[in-house]
Amino acid sequence: MNWLPLPEFDRHALSAIWLTLELASLTTVLLLLIATPMAWWLARSKSWWRGPIAAVVALPLVLPPTVLGFYLLVALGPNGPIGQFTQAMGWGTLSFTFAGLLLGSIIYSMPFAVQPILHAFEAIGERPMEVAATLRARPIDAFFTVALPLAKPGFITAAILSFAHTIGEFGVVLMIGGNIPDKTRVVSTQIYGHVEAMEYTQAHWLAGGMLVFAFAVLLGLSLMNRKNTQVMT
Amino acid sequence: MASEARPSIVEVREDGLPRFARSDGIFMMSCSMSRLRLKLNRADFALDVDLELPGQGITVLFGVSGSGKTSLLRCVAGLERTPGALVSIAGETWQDDDAGVYLPTWQRPLGYVFQEASLFDHLTVRGNLQFGLKRSKGADRSALTAAIDLLGIAALLERKTNQLSGGERQRVAIARALATQPRLLLLDEPLAALDHARRQDILPWLERLRDELKIPMLYVTHSSDEVARLADTLVVLDAGRVKACGPVADVLAGLDMPVVLGEDAGALLSARIEESDERWQLVRLAFNGGSLWVRDTDLPLGRQVRVRVLARDVSITLDKPGQTSIQNLLPCTVQAIGPDIHPSQNLVRLQCGQSILLARVTARAVYELQLTPGKQVWAQVKSVALVE
Repeated sequence: MNWLPLPEFDRHALSAIWLTLELASLTTVLLLLIATPMAWWLARSKSWWRGPIAAVVALPLVLPPTVLGFYLLVALGPNGPIGQFTQAMGWGTLSFTFAGLLLGSIIYSMPFAVQPILHAFEAIGERPMEVAATLRARPIDAFFTVALPLAKPGFITAAILSFAHTIGEFGVVLMIGGNIPDKTRVVSTQIYGHVEAMEYTQAHWLAGGMLVFAFAVLLGLSLMNRKNTQVMT
Repeated sequence: MASEARPSIVEVREDGLPRFARSDGIFMMSCSMSRLRLKLNRADFALDVDLELPGQGITVLFGVSGSGKTSLLRCVAGLERTPGALVSIAGETWQDDDAGVYLPTWQRPLGYVFQEASLFDHLTVRGNLQFGLKRSKGADRSALTAAIDLLGIAALLERKTNQLSGGERQRVAIARALATQPRLLLLDEPLAALDHARRQDILPWLERLRDELKIPMLYVTHSSDEVARLADTLVVLDAGRVKACGPVADVLAGLDMPVVLGEDAGALLSARIEESDERWQLVRLAFNGGSLWVRDTDLPLGRQVRVRVLARDVSITLDKPGQTSIQNLLPCTVQAIGPDIHPSQNLVRLQCGQSILLARVTARAVYELQLTPGKQVWAQVKSVALVE
């Protein structure tokens, strides 16, 4: 690492970058697992609950991140519902821990995972599943062999958006995580810290890096979407 | 008959229905009846049917859009669930709400061809065909090979679904449904989404299906053309009710048909090509009421064909006409006279030997000629359509 100009900055930066990537990856994987059944239910349900639940899922799109962060902080704390649960399980409280960040990120990026998958399922419609049923496929079988492959573009979009969105988190992460170095200090809060301490060079490096990364992600997304447009004939 | 040479048309039984000659045992035949009893409420109609259908041949569900035929088909398939229903196919009960029996769609041994082919886009043609095959216990590859053969899609196997024409897509969809060796094949207006040229392309394949398969088919359509070409049994639906059900020739000859068939009301006859007139390029078709001369379309002598005689092409005279350009003159007896779609018109049912013909004449003509049941008349048939 000696050939890099600022070794001190570099270690902190790398730690923040690594944490950010870790958070984004885990969030994306867990979110895909959670969002898929949710999106499936939302796409096909005719129950009255569909509207309210879709609205709740979409809330993070509209709420200021600090609102979300605040409520999560309270919930994760010793007197909140989640905090009491984790304490009962012997895990302590999740506030100011990586696990808390993960939980916050999952909720914060939920609509970015659910909505692309939901739209993909809706675009597929009922017909492919009906066809599969007439070809002797059980519903679960049809889900994995017909619905999932046809919804692939939706999944890719969901994964990329969740990942990128988590990378860009600030307000929620700051509230829940407390910006603790090596534990909950991600790139966005690191930049904030640099600006507060008037370390503009370091802030420039990190911010510039984020900009390039975000651009690359969006470019990749648009290129991939152009290749993958599958419709039912 | 040589084992490789499949007969393209088959012998006719006494009752006039073609007998299926494919005997390599790949497709099953069942002779018992099917019973459908359904009530279903929808926005524009209330479906209420109680039908008994033969366990073989093509049963066509005919009606205009919104008459409930697709809903009926979907209920038979289990894609729609309606309480208090009975669906019993060839002796096998798929749904009997009184007895608490309900098989979900994927457990019913059926094949379904949707109106828009609906192939899986993430699979090749081969993948589509194998989808059902893989999930059918006991179905073997020979069923798939036979289906590919029957529909002539061997050259398309490795193509992606977006590289197929509309007609090819439908043929793949039919083969896909057959690959699971179903006991009943359901077809929902398979030709509706195709243009005229594609439809004429694929109709021979459907006729071949009818002639060579031993499984019963339930075929939904609003085209009287397809009824004439394909139906063995005809069920006419109107606003969710069954207006008529029976062998196609009988139903078509019924007098209350104008309401549904409208301009296309007419008789369907079973005839045999007996003789050809080389000089004038005509052939003579013999049916159980006389003979009809039609243009020669290079079909072989001795072949059984279906013939459509539309009511608007039949006129009536009291005496045998002397010098007339109309070549087909048949002695008939007036059986009944009924109303037609317009108050100025009447539909006259004529007994011609053992067949029934329908003639569309003006009410005024009926009055002037004093047509009454039992009167002997001559039917002039201006135009005969060979259903082939």
